Amino acid sequence: MTPANIAGMAAVKGLDVIAVTDHNSCKNCPAVLAAAEEYGVLAIPGMEINTSEEVHGVCLFEELQAAMDFDAYVYERLMAFPNKEEIFGRQLIYNTEDAICGMVQNLLINATSISFEGLWELVKSFGGVMFPAHVDKTANSLIANLGFIPPDSKFVTAEVKDLTKLHKVRKENPYLEKCRIISNSDAHYLEDIHEPKLTLQVREKSVKGVLEALAGGI
Amino acid sequence: MTVGDLIGKGIFQVVEEGDDLSREITGIFCCDLLSVAMGRAPSMSAWVTVMGNVNTIAVATLADVSCVILAENAQADEMCLTRAKQQGVTLLATEEPVFEAALKVHDMLHG
Repeated sequence: MTPANIAGMAAVKGLDVIAVTDHNSCKNCPAVLAAAEEYGVLAIPGMEINTSEEVHGVCLFEELQAAMDFDAYVYERLMAFPNKEEIFGRQLIYNTEDAICGMVQNLLINATSISFEGLWELVKSFGGVMFPAHVDKTANSLIANLGFIPPDSKFVTAEVKDLTKLHKVRKENPYLEKCRIISNSDAHYLEDIHEPKLTLQVREKSVKGVLEALAGGI
Repeated sequence: MTVGDLIGKGIFQVVEEGDDLSREITGIFCCDLLSVAMGRAPSMSAWVTVMGNVNTIAVATLADVSCVILAENAQADEMCLTRAKQQGVTLLATEEPVFEAALKVHDMLHG
């Protein structure tokens, strides 16, 4: 899985928009955005953050530079625990030529000291939008890890891994009634990238347009 | 007490036997946040948790615990089972809450 073959696969599948959201890192966003531009696919810079409660949240940014600033902010708050490649794999950084240009030292799957509370505002201050990831999963999800959705939460979009569970999850968590529900491939491997089967109505086909839709709820 | 001895007591279900039944268990560790467990779980401990995903096995390997005990009838997902088999990690399970499960191991170690 390199930035160019991610963008290439997205183009082959006919996807309009992709978002690149490595765990706790935006360091591959410049490469993916450059490759996606070559293939005529709209790519959104982002990150799947792991909060101090080990809740996964997807953070998407309008500007690449803001994503990179957020990356630096998060890396300072990531547990300083070195990666063990034989267990967790390599943490490579690619450049815009699709060549390896670096490696991240600390284990990216780890938790940060950033709490879920306040995360929506934090991401907003970087010009981005946050939504909780795979809220229906039993691990690393807002509902599983906190036990419930904090009623003073600000997010207006939530991601569900298995849409067939949506009815049940919504019934148990009325907060989700007012949320835009989305689902995505959460592809960790090239072959996991979905066909273009889900759509999002946007005012304009741009990063700004997508972020507006995700920040606007229903 | 070895992992084999613990299994032999028959109080936990054996989800995955692991590849070293002669491994000693010298302590018990209880925690569900993987980021805490990876830095704090003592080597050779029995780790009691409700977190049954693939990263549990990665952390068990990293922390070099002797076995993982899934409490509260927590289910190991498929990726977790596959990884436990690959890594030879002993994975046990029980319907008991975390404290009771840990206490049983404690009593066997010190009783």
